[in-house]
Amino acid sequence: MLFEVDIYPRVGQPDRMASDVIAAARDLGISHSLQAASARGFLLSGELTQADVQRATKLLLCDSVVESVTIARPGDTELSQRPHDSHAEALFGAEQATEVHVLHKPGVMDPVAGSTRQALRDLGLKIDDVRTLRKYWVARLDDASLDELCRRVLANDAIEHVHQGPLTLDHLDTGRPYVFQKITTQIRDLDDEALLRLSREGQFYLSLAEMRTIQHHFRDQEREPTDVELETIAQTWSEHCSHKTLKGRIAYRDEHGERNFDNMLKETIFAATQEIRRKAGSNDWCVSVFEDNAGVVKFDDQHHVTFKVETHNHPSALEPYGGANTGLGGVIRDTLGTGLGAKPVCNTDVFCFAPPETPAEDLPPGVLHPKRVMQGVVSGVRDYGNRMGIPTVNGAVCFNPRYVGNPLVYCGNVGLLPQDMAFGSAQPDDLIVTVGGRTGRDGIHGATFSSAELTSESEELSGGAVQIGNAITEKMVVDVILQARDRRLFTAITDCGAGGFSSAVGEMGEKIGADVNLEQAPLKYEGLSYTEIWISEAQERMVLAVPEEHWPELEQLCQSEGVEATVIGRFAPTGKLTLRYQQQIVGELDMEFLHDGRPPIIRDANYAPANATPISFPANSGQDANSTLCQILSSLNVASKEWVIRQYDHEVQAGSVVKPLVGVDDNGPSDAAVVRPVISSRRGIVIGCGINPNYGDFDTYHMAASAIDEAVRNCVAVGADPARIALLDNFCWGNTDRPEQLGSLVRASIACQELALELGCPFISGKDSLNNEFRYEDPDGQSHSIIIPPTLLISALGQIDDARRAVTMDLKQFGNLLYLVGMTRNELGGSHFSLATDGSGGDVPSVDASRARQTFASVHAAITAGHVRSCHDLSEGGLAVAAAEMAFAGGIGAKLSLNAVACDFTEWDAAAQGNAATVLLFSESNSRFLCEVPRNKADAFETALADVPHSQIGETVDSSRLQIHGLSGIPSGELDDTVALVIDADLAELKSAWQTPLNW
Amino acid sequence: MDEIQTPFPNSRQRSAKPGFAQPRVLVLRSPGANCDEETQFAFNLAGAQAERIHVNRVLEHPAVLEDFQILCVPGGFSYGDDVSAGKILGSQLEYRLGEVLQTFRQRDTLALGICNGFQVLLKSGLLTDDGEPAPPGTLTWNTCGRYEDRWTKLRVDGGRCIFLQGMTEMEFPIAHAEGRFLPRDDATLAKMQSAGQLPLRYTSRSQGDKTGSESVPYPDNPNGSVANVAGICDITGRVFGLMPHPERFIDATQHPQWTRKFDVRDLDGLPPGDGLAIFQKAVRYFA
Repeated sequence: MLFEVDIYPRVGQPDRMASDVIAAARDLGISHSLQAASARGFLLSGELTQADVQRATKLLLCDSVVESVTIARPGDTELSQRPHDSHAEALFGAEQATEVHVLHKPGVMDPVAGSTRQALRDLGLKIDDVRTLRKYWVARLDDASLDELCRRVLANDAIEHVHQGPLTLDHLDTGRPYVFQKITTQIRDLDDEALLRLSREGQFYLSLAEMRTIQHHFRDQEREPTDVELETIAQTWSEHCSHKTLKGRIAYRDEHGERNFDNMLKETIFAATQEIRRKAGSNDWCVSVFEDNAGVVKFDDQHHVTFKVETHNHPSALEPYGGANTGLGGVIRDTLGTGLGAKPVCNTDVFCFAPPETPAEDLPPGVLHPKRVMQGVVSGVRDYGNRMGIPTVNGAVCFNPRYVGNPLVYCGNVGLLPQDMAFGSAQPDDLIVTVGGRTGRDGIHGATFSSAELTSESEELSGGAVQIGNAITEKMVVDVILQARDRRLFTAITDCGAGGFSSAVGEMGEKIGADVNLEQAPLKYEGLSYTEIWISEAQERMVLAVPEEHWPELEQLCQSEGVEATVIGRFAPTGKLTLRYQQQIVGELDMEFLHDGRPPIIRDANYAPANATPISFPANSGQDANSTLCQILSSLNVASKEWVIRQYDHEVQAGSVVKPLVGVDDNGPSDAAVVRPVISSRRGIVIGCGINPNYGDFDTYHMAASAIDEAVRNCVAVGADPARIALLDNFCWGNTDRPEQLGSLVRASIACQELALELGCPFISGKDSLNNEFRYEDPDGQSHSIIIPPTLLISALGQIDDARRAVTMDLKQFGNLLYLVGMTRNELGGSHFSLATDGSGGDVPSVDASRARQTFASVHAAITAGHVRSCHDLSEGGLAVAAAEMAFAGGIGAKLSLNAVACDFTEWDAAAQGNAATVLLFSESNSRFLCEVPRNKADAFETALADVPHSQIGETVDSSRLQIHGLSGIPSGELDDTVALVIDADLAELKSAWQTPLNW
Repeated sequence: MDEIQTPFPNSRQRSAKPGFAQPRVLVLRSPGANCDEETQFAFNLAGAQAERIHVNRVLEHPAVLEDFQILCVPGGFSYGDDVSAGKILGSQLEYRLGEVLQTFRQRDTLALGICNGFQVLLKSGLLTDDGEPAPPGTLTWNTCGRYEDRWTKLRVDGGRCIFLQGMTEMEFPIAHAEGRFLPRDDATLAKMQSAGQLPLRYTSRSQGDKTGSESVPYPDNPNGSVANVAGICDITGRVFGLMPHPERFIDATQHPQWTRKFDVRDLDGLPPGDGLAIFQKAVRYFA
């Protein structure tokens, strides 16, 4: 018997789901008059009576203080009426309203349904299955708008379907049994065209050379491949899993000449790390770099820390909530799959979107509205991170119209790893054990799909690649894995990420061999073929190598906490990957061919620097610095992200020392996060990041160098020791088959190599996401591509001996001195001043790496000695923005003099010299800090900074204004408060300009 | 590179006085509980002997409760907060452990629910006084409609609650989506008010103390709770649930403004956080 339970907010209670729908309909221009009410619903099937369901509702489903309920069989008219005491009935009364149901598509993860089913069974009800639904009543909308509302607001048809009117189903579909049939694919006799067609239609996304290699292999074997063999090869050779472009041969050419790489990443970024480790000798603090699922460095005398940042761009473009949700879930599993399992201790998240105010009619076909993408992504990260009990402590959000088809979602996680657990390796004859979630049809082809470019039809082609996570399953997995680790019950562990079992088992057994019985994998529902089981990317699964003698203890441990663990095979020492289903061999591949058989690809890469043009200064730039400052503060990149940050639990695990929001009202922008990962210790980790896609259009070398400088200086600004900062690179680029795209990437990698070496900051892990292009046809049939700006995220993991030495960026006390550390140059190219004034040209900020290293060391010495009360790095918007943020975060006024700023004025061109105040206010030169220093510490501070440019440029004052005196001529390096003010602004106004834009 | 860990300065308080009975605390783990480690740490710092035990162990051997003087349901997302926050674990406690928990409660023990633990205690009936037909109210969606993490200022109202003895004001963070306390009805609210069962209230962070009748606007009252209720206790004062997280403020550096609020020239002189007192009061109850 099937019952539907609809649960409505009572009269007087808020209707959150309806409010969200009304707001979204308004934002998207669908309707300004829409009236809506909502209910959440359950479909319960089993041996049930009406009384059973009433009991279930009373005991579990409905909170009668705030909700009222309707229970009936689907199709009964009662369900088409609203309870008399519901908010919905009060809203509509006699008004005509349409009833709309939204249900998950079959097979889509529905955590609430699963928990509810178990809880109702625990209460003694004979429940077979549970589904959840959302129900909406909508009115004051024409039919066309209703369809649009359904499609664009009420449901995402990648994962849900919409039913207008009463539901009519009489049972819940639970899938059909699978009839085993071994499938082989004819490949040996195909011509090139047919090979390419097979690659495309099979969603393998392999090149012709690769398809030919596979063809030759099976000709040598004198047989045709099975479907699962082709899938396994495609997954292992995918860009996502093998990083064949950046680890491949590249012929690179730029203005300095030609350079040939055999393995580009190895010869640039990785080489720098090796050199740093070599120089450090016995003080080498790297443990495991570019090998494991995350980079590992030393922390204290008992622990290492691990760090990994992943991207989940393509799934987030199609289903923002699920994409971001599983993106974070995936990187947390990377931590758990590092060494013998690290404990996740904090998250970091960086997003790139098109501006959320983009008019709906300006969007290309097939893309979701950027505001909806942003809301979905933030909710997805929130719901996963918060449920996992991992604080999200750092991040950034960047906006650029070119992200409209390809939003970027970077999710990172830091882990804590006991020193003797840093390495694992599967042993011959260990059991292959899967722990955690069950395998379903979700995420088929994620690895190969993410290596392809998105088109306006991607949603239909690759809907299966979209997944929703279940954080509690993953939390339970973390809980048991860490216990099993400490009891040493397994020899190796990795996560099931892209490529599923295929990738996890293939990697772990690469040097041994593996024999897998696919029918033993626990399934969410019937009907999966052996191939689907093998490549499914269902979430929340880990694969362990378990010595047979430990299996009973592991099984018991997992059972005791309700976690499913199943033996699916054995690491058989055969050198082969053998896949079986119902006693038949369905696939058998040599590990060697699988991992080393991919043909090398040589790619061309060209870089031609953009022509240098001088910066254009608007006519009134000198006169109106106040309004320029407010404009920059309210630009989306700079504006407060409090709406995002507050939705994340940034304090769970109780190690938070410097929070993302600081200052007198807890809402100033912190430079980096400080966290104590060991609750009983004072030692801290510091997490910062650097990203500035605006610089990439000028020169990706300087973009990369600036991002590294920014990431490191953010960490240094809160107290991190610059001698112990590890870096991660995450490249998101367009299609690198085009030589100029690849060229700009190689150039950025060279910058990473050079900067890492100069700063002594090793890269320890990284990831790339290529093909971030969106192709569509306009109504006239013209084809267009939108390519994202080259986007390099640098994440930094620093350390601080005693977290009580940390400083924050908010001004603390009037009467203190303000010092600007670092050299200000005429570097307004790609700056926020340029963006705000629609300017162009100019020099993009570069990094003087040896001076940067000295500056970081000196600032750190001053902070550690306790000379600095507050410190803020200068980034977007330069000195003016940094000073404004420090002042309004602290609620303390500041008075500065541009005359005292250290700069290389004589090297500027005439236009810049004529606009010197503007340059000094807004230049985004790297390696600079603004520091608040008590008068009695001034001498000691100056001594600590003796080797780097610095000058006292003002002081904190007992007022609520930021006042900056301009120049009377050439900046002399001395304070001069007799010159007129170029900035004179009330802190409340500045703060309001900064807070308003994203205060949703 | 300095590899020496600075010992946590307050950890000396962990060693209890000789002859002082260390109460045993059962910190209840469950699928999705995630504040159990720091809660255990806070209790131990206050002088208790806290253990984290999975709810499945308690379901298998309910008698395990006899070994403990304090039950603490920590924060997190028990069973994902699926259906509604704390509901599934609450109903497990009520229907599968109801009797042993009532026995536990009658034994002059203490029970503390923090955040999700408060939601669990309330929905399990452990905060329902004898003779009452239903829990005194519910904890439902914040009026702002979303999960938020922010610091709140709290004031103590009345002396009923064991965990708040002698305390007046404090600051703790909240981190929840469903923390708006709604009483079952006005009569229940009035009764609890006069019995001192609404002992912890949100108050204005900037303007000092307020009386319970005054409305404290968002975000100082972060979730729209009726009468600014942040925590409630049963009639004995021994069962206490609160939405804010005292275990997240047992050390000065956990405060969002510690770099401006405290004298950072004397690092070893930094005071403990306000939350430690709550755990200490619980421990002293058994002294």
